[in-house]
Amino acid sequence: MTLVRQHVIDPEICIRCNTCEETCPVDAITHNDDNYVVDAAICNFGMNCVAPCPTGAIDNWIMVSTPFSIDDQFEWEELPGDEEAAAGGDTEVSQGGETGIDEEAAEILKTARQGAPRATLAPASAPKPTVDLYRRDAPAVAKVTGNMPITDDRLGVDVRHIILDFGSQAFPVLEGQSIGILPPGSDANGKPHRMRLYSVASPRDGERPKHNNVSLTVKRVVFEEDGAEKLGVASNYVCDLQRGDEVRVTGPYGTAFLMPDDPEANIVMICTGTGAAPFRAMTEYRRRNARDVPGRLMLFFGARTPNELPYFGPLQKLPETFLDKELVYSRLPGMAKEYVQDRIRARGDDMADLLASKNTYIYICGLKGMEAGVDEALADVSRTHGLDWKALRSEMESEGRFHVETY
Amino acid sequence: MSSEAITSDDMVEVNYDDLIPNNVDLASDRALKRAMERWQPKYIDWWKDMGPDGFQDSEVYLRTAVGVDKDGWAKFDYVKMPEYRWGILLAPKVEDRTIPCGKHKGEPAWQEVPGEYRSLLRRLIVIQGDTEPASVEQQRYLGKTCPSLYDLRNLFQVNVEEGRHLWAMVHLLQKYFGRDGREEAEALLERRSGDADKPRMLGAFNEETPDWLSFFMFTYFTDRDGKMQLESLAQSGFDPLSRATRFMLMEEAFHMFVGETGVGRIVQKTCEVMNEHGITDPNDVDAVRAHGAIDLPLLQRKANFHISVTRDLFGAEVSTNAATYFNAGIKGRFNEAKLEDDHQLENETYSVTRYKDGAFVEEDVPALNAINCRLLDDYIKDCQGGINRWNKVIEKAGIDFQIDQPHKAFNRRVGEFSEIQATASGEVISEADWEARKDEWLPKPEDLQFLKDLMKPVTAPGEFASWIAAPRIGVDNKEGDFEYVRFQ
Repeated sequence: MTLVRQHVIDPEICIRCNTCEETCPVDAITHNDDNYVVDAAICNFGMNCVAPCPTGAIDNWIMVSTPFSIDDQFEWEELPGDEEAAAGGDTEVSQGGETGIDEEAAEILKTARQGAPRATLAPASAPKPTVDLYRRDAPAVAKVTGNMPITDDRLGVDVRHIILDFGSQAFPVLEGQSIGILPPGSDANGKPHRMRLYSVASPRDGERPKHNNVSLTVKRVVFEEDGAEKLGVASNYVCDLQRGDEVRVTGPYGTAFLMPDDPEANIVMICTGTGAAPFRAMTEYRRRNARDVPGRLMLFFGARTPNELPYFGPLQKLPETFLDKELVYSRLPGMAKEYVQDRIRARGDDMADLLASKNTYIYICGLKGMEAGVDEALADVSRTHGLDWKALRSEMESEGRFHVETY
Repeated sequence: MSSEAITSDDMVEVNYDDLIPNNVDLASDRALKRAMERWQPKYIDWWKDMGPDGFQDSEVYLRTAVGVDKDGWAKFDYVKMPEYRWGILLAPKVEDRTIPCGKHKGEPAWQEVPGEYRSLLRRLIVIQGDTEPASVEQQRYLGKTCPSLYDLRNLFQVNVEEGRHLWAMVHLLQKYFGRDGREEAEALLERRSGDADKPRMLGAFNEETPDWLSFFMFTYFTDRDGKMQLESLAQSGFDPLSRATRFMLMEEAFHMFVGETGVGRIVQKTCEVMNEHGITDPNDVDAVRAHGAIDLPLLQRKANFHISVTRDLFGAEVSTNAATYFNAGIKGRFNEAKLEDDHQLENETYSVTRYKDGAFVEEDVPALNAINCRLLDDYIKDCQGGINRWNKVIEKAGIDFQIDQPHKAFNRRVGEFSEIQATASGEVISEADWEARKDEWLPKPEDLQFLKDLMKPVTAPGEFASWIAAPRIGVDNKEGDFEYVRFQ
C-alpha cells in the first residue's frame, strides 16, 4: 500500500478557534499565526476533534503518498487538490487495464459484461480508476456504519443501503466501480465462500462528502432449490450486518463502466432493481459537484412496484430539471405490465436526440437479459428516426460511450 | 464512585434521557437538584418572555450537547426552543490539577470555594453569567429580518447556547454559594438588557442589536471578548469554574464562526456585486447600495464601532482589581499555561500604551497591574485573524480596499484613553473636532437607516438576502436548500 489517509484542516474554512487543539487527547493538533494543522505522525483518527469543530473545517481527509508535514500545512492557503495530494509520482497504484487482477473477481466481471464485451474503454473524460488494491489474501477491513432498509419489506423484498467505512485504509473508488465482499466461513466442501461483487452506490468523495466510506445497494437473495427455500450466502450476510461489524473487502474493480467528468456529457442510465447502485453514485456526483451543467441526466428505472424500487423516496425529491426520470413498473395492480424498453420507445423523440449527440453516454445495469430488450428498443428508436443503431452502437462502444453490466 | 462521565463505561453515564443532560451527578445531589428544579421553570418563563420573539413554536435544527465526549457533544435534530435540553456539563477533570498562577501557584486546585475569595469569585461568576441572557435579549427581534433560514438557525443556536452558558454559571452559584448564590441566580433572570431600571451589568450588553450586520459584528468582536474572558476563567484555580468555562469555550467557538463567516459572506457579496456591475471605486457607496449590497466603508465604520465598544469591556488597562484576581489565582491570563514566565509576575513589568503630555508613549508598569492591558492586547491580536480573511476576499476580487482595526484610543469610554478623543488612525483631536468629524469613522444615522431598510426576511430554503453570500458548507453537512427552521 502506498497511499495513506491524512487528516487535514481546510484553512479556508477554519476560524482558528483552538477547539480542536484543546480537544485532541493525543496533542496531534498545533498552529501558527496562520493555520491550525494536524501532525500525521501523531493523529490516531480518534475523531474527538470532529464533533466540536464549529465550521466543519476539521472534517477533511486526503489520500497521499507521503503525508504533508506540519510546515507544509502551515503554508497552505487552501487544501491541495487530489492530484497534488497524491503527487510525487511514486504512487504505485495500479491503473488502466484489468489484466492480472484477482481471477475470482475477473471472472465475475467477465460474466457481467457479456452484454457488451467490446465495451472495454472508459469515457475519455473519466478519471483514472484505481483497481485491485486489495485481494483475498490481504483484504481491506471495513467497518459497517449503516444498514438501512430502502424498500417496503412487507412484500418480501428486502433491499438494503449499506455503508462501509474504510478508516485509514486507502480505498479510492469511482462511480461505476465495484468492490468485492468476502463472506466469512466456507461452503459444504470446506472451501471459503466465493467473493461477491457489488457496485458502489456512492460517489468518489464518499457516501458522506469527504469521508472514506462507500455505500452499497444489496438485495437479500432468497431462492428455491429442491423445493426448499434457500438464502443467498453473501447477500444475506451483507443484509444482516450490524453497525460496527467488520467486513473483508477486495477491489476496487472496473475500468470502463465509469462516468464522464465532462460537464457537456449527457448520461442515459437504464436499470432495474439494485442495478440502480452505480446510477445513484453518478447522479449524486453530479448533484454535489456539477449541478448546473449543460449535460443532461436521464434515468429509466424499472421495478415491479414503487415499493420495490430502491431509493424511491430520495429519487422523487430530485427535480426533473436535474434528473429526467422515468420510473417504470411491471406489476401495478390494474395496469398493463410495462418495462424500461417500453418507456424508452415512448420517449423515442428525446432518446433519438440524445443518440444523435456525440456527447451522449449510455449505461445499462440490472438483471441479465434486460440488455436484449433495451437493445431492441434503442434499435427501434433509431430506425424511426433515421439512425443506424448497429453502427451507432459500435461507434459508441469504441468511444467508451456505451456500457453494460448485468448479472 | 467518581461523578465523571467522560470516556470510560464504568463511570457514571451522562444522563441522556433526563430533562437536564449533565455530568455533575445531578440525580444524587439532592440539594442541587432542588435548587435547579426551582430555578428551571423561572428560566423557561424568562426564555418565553425574552427569548427570540415570534419563533417559540418553530422547529429549529439545533445542536444539543448531551455529554462532553465526542459522541455526546453534538446531537443535531429539530427542536422547539423552549423544549431545548439545556444541560450542565463540565469539561473532563484534569487529575492532580494545580493552581496555575498567582501566589497560590502550584497548590492543588480548589474543589470548593476558598473562603477568603468567596465574594470575589461570586462577583466574577455573576458578571460572566449576566452577559449570557443579556445577549439573548439584545438579539430577540432579529429573527424577523433573517437573511436566510441558515442564518436564522445559527442565530437560534447562538441564543440557546448563551442560555446554556447561563445555566453553567447558575450551576456554580447554586452548587457552591448557598443562599447568596441562589439569590444571584434569580437576579440573573430579572435584569433586562437596555432597561433603565434594571439594566444588565456591562455597558455593551445594554446596546441594541438592531440589524444582522450588528449581530455578525457583535458575534465576531463582542463574543470574542467573551471568549477571552472565558479563556482567562478557564485558568482559574477554582476547578469547577475552570471546567465549566472550558466546556463553554467549545460552544463559544461556534459563535466566533457565525461572526467571522457572517461578515465574510457580506464582504464576499459586496465584492461580487461590485465586480458584476463594474463598480471599481469602493467609495461609490450609492452604486453599491443601489444593488442591495452593503458598501465596504460602512463595514469599516460598523467594525470601528463594535471594536471600540468591546475594548471598553476589558476594563481599565491598568487595574488593581485585575491584579487581585490574578494574584489570588481565580482568573489567569489568556493561554496562561503556554506562557513562559513565572506565572506570579511579582517582579515583572508590562509595556502599556498611555497618553502623556500630548503624545502616546509606551510605559512599563508592574505586570500584575497590567493584566487587563495584556488581555486587551491579546484580544486585538485575536481579532486580526478574521479581518485578514475578509481583506483577502477583497484583494482576490481585485478591489482596492482594506478593513483595519482602529487605534486603541479611538472612541473609548473606559481606561487610559477615556479622557481624550482620537481618530481611527490615532490622531488626537479636540472634543469639538470629534463631534464634527465622528461620522467619518462611526456609522451615521443614515447608515443605520439604510441597514434597517435593507433588512427584509428571506425564508425560502436555500435563498439568501441580496447583501450576503451563501455559506460554503451547511451546518452538519446539510445541503444548500436544507430547511433549517420549520415555521409553525
